[in-house]
Amino acid sequence: MEQLTQDFLRTKKLPHIWCPGCGNGIVTAALVRAIERTGFDQKDVVIVSGIGCSSRAAGYLNFNTLHTTHGRALAFATGLKMARPELKLFVIMGDGDCSAIGGNHFIHSARRNIDLNAIIVNNHIYGMTGGQHSPLTPTGKKATTAPRGTLEPSFDLLELAKGAGATFGAKGNAAQPRQLEQLIIRAANHKGFSVVEALSPCPIAYGRRNKLGGAVDMLRDMKEKSISVEKAANLDEAELKDRTVNGVLYAIDAPEFAESYYHSIGKEIG
Amino acid sequence: MPETKPVLMQGNEACALGAINAGVRFYAGYPITPSTEVAEQMAARLPEIGGVFIQMEDEIASMAAVIGASIGGMRTLTATSGPGFSLKQENLGYAIMAEIPCVVVNVQRMGPSTGVPTAPAQGDVMQARWGTHGDHPIIVFTPASVYESYYLTIAAVNLSQKLRQPVIVLLDEVIGHMREKVTIPEGKLMVEKSSDKVPSDWKPYDEKGLTPLVPFGFGHYYHVTGLFHDQYGFPTGDPPQVERALDRLHNKLEKYRDEIVLTNYIGHKEPRVAIVTYGCTVRSARAVVKKAYWQNRLPVGLLSLQTVWPFPAKEIEALAKQADVIIVPEMNMGQLVGEVERYARGEAKVVPLNRYDGEMISPDQISEEVGRWL
Ligand SMILES: Cc1ncc(C[n+]2csc(CCOP(=O)(O)OP(=O)(O)O)c2C)c(N)n1
Ligand code: SF4
Ligand SMILES: [Mg+2]
Repeated sequence: MEQLTQDFLRTKKLPHIWCPGCGNGIVTAALVRAIERTGFDQKDVVIVSGIGCSSRAAGYLNFNTLHTTHGRALAFATGLKMARPELKLFVIMGDGDCSAIGGNHFIHSARRNIDLNAIIVNNHIYGMTGGQHSPLTPTGKKATTAPRGTLEPSFDLLELAKGAGATFGAKGNAAQPRQLEQLIIRAANHKGFSVVEALSPCPIAYGRRNKLGGAVDMLRDMKEKSISVEKAANLDEAELKDRTVNGVLYAIDAPEFAESYYHSIGKEIG
Repeated sequence: MPETKPVLMQGNEACALGAINAGVRFYAGYPITPSTEVAEQMAARLPEIGGVFIQMEDEIASMAAVIGASIGGMRTLTATSGPGFSLKQENLGYAIMAEIPCVVVNVQRMGPSTGVPTAPAQGDVMQARWGTHGDHPIIVFTPASVYESYYLTIAAVNLSQKLRQPVIVLLDEVIGHMREKVTIPEGKLMVEKSSDKVPSDWKPYDEKGLTPLVPFGFGHYYHVTGLFHDQYGFPTGDPPQVERALDRLHNKLEKYRDEIVLTNYIGHKEPRVAIVTYGCTVRSARAVVKKAYWQNRLPVGLLSLQTVWPFPAKEIEALAKQADVIIVPEMNMGQLVGEVERYARGEAKVVPLNRYDGEMISPDQISEEVGRWL
């Protein structure tokens, strides 16, 4: 694997706190490469994150970084984006952070279609607190708070976002980091609320309890299940069962909130 | 300074005007009685002057958005009342910890819970002090008139910027909705612009002391977190660093104590009976002192507190040395009276006077209590 841009990493803050085999590092690296490819000026990039294992990524990235409170990253980011619309914001959240405690901010960010790039690291579990179920834990899977398997249905995060007004939705995973990188680049270049859901293995708090094997097994499984949007288009529902459709699921043109606001008060952005 | 004609204005309007004159250009909020007029004023005025108004999905988001905008370099304010103030607490603590300036207005209404939304009360005094978890410092102003609502909001914005510390303006329904004539001094207020022009060795949380906040987007890369952090903003759990970081938050308020703690005394120079109060209750107390001292020359005085937190301990100590009795009228079941008692240190008898039926404490009620001790 090629070297990451050292400028964008706080190498002195490494080693990171994540467990061996955790997907957070892979997703973070894909994000860094994506930012580099966009050619954005380093000083214009801001990383905002919530609370959780994945949200700790902010501390390792050499930009202006804002590690907020649990679930509220998008609300902080909304304030910052409205104050400084020229900045490029990437908002890293865990599945619980984004869809449970932060669900309200998530749907309203989507509704406003504010130009934020939400990167949701979906490990299907509350990693940081040791393995409780989240709204993205698949039905039947075990968690410390669902020892017999959760009875609750899970959200389809990208459909939820779309229904709420998000104009860009993409799904990738830690097993296919190059593709993930490409998806993040497209999200970054999309004007409006962009959601990238990145499936990521948490062997420690999720894999072990659900007998999914180690990190390597989890990644292999992720890759095997994944199917591109293009290929999926030719398959029927039965054939798509147990597959995850990867790629850009939607990219819609619609007015962006910060731009509309500044336009309405007669001010130019930038 | 030339003065404009007096205008009739509501406390909530004066608060909004104060904010704008102090350079606030960002407001995020969620509607709630009796604070909504602040939002409505901001919604009307901010777009006219290039500012940002945004109605968020709830008060948690409002508080978060305000902090985000402050980090972007804007002066910010949010207003709410009881239930919304409860929702803001977690992120308020974040702003304290991360040293992000912002002003939070709480126009108190009768609680607990939904309470009586339109009735006045002073029940959030302790919540304003201790509402967010952990051993945090806080600044709380309690205006007693429409004009105080104006200038204490300005003071709140400026202090907040200077100390990188959230400041609460604790209004109450009476002051918020009351209309009074106020004369707003003319002329431009000095509003320092936040800037990226800082020394090359600038650190966001410099151990040597307070540094100005350099907004995001100017090439000074640092980390902001609610975790305990070192002088560059990076998380630490190292006990000596943790202790130092918490001391730092408290020390800055101690250092600027005299700029923060505002009180006002009227009445007899050597009072036997003193009244200590704040917010709308000051108005009834003032009427009592007018009659008892200015008309009848009785040894009565009133110490009104524009700042309730940090608590004006020195002022109470001094007062207790003079007065035999200190009466503390409050529209709650007795909140600040405990602090008064603590700093009176047994030198004066401290007498609570409480009302919690959603009505103001009348001058007659206070004067009856005063009469009992004269
Ligand atoms: C208000 C609040 N409630 C609960 C917590 C405890 N908490 C910290 S992280 C977390 C869940 C993290 O799960 P997720 O968002 O999926 O992130 P992951 O750790 O899996 O990356 C919880 C419940 C908290 N920090 N704040
Ligand atoms: S608990 Fe799971 S998500 Fe958290 S660092 Fe360990 S492997 Fe990663
Ligand atoms: Mg998770």
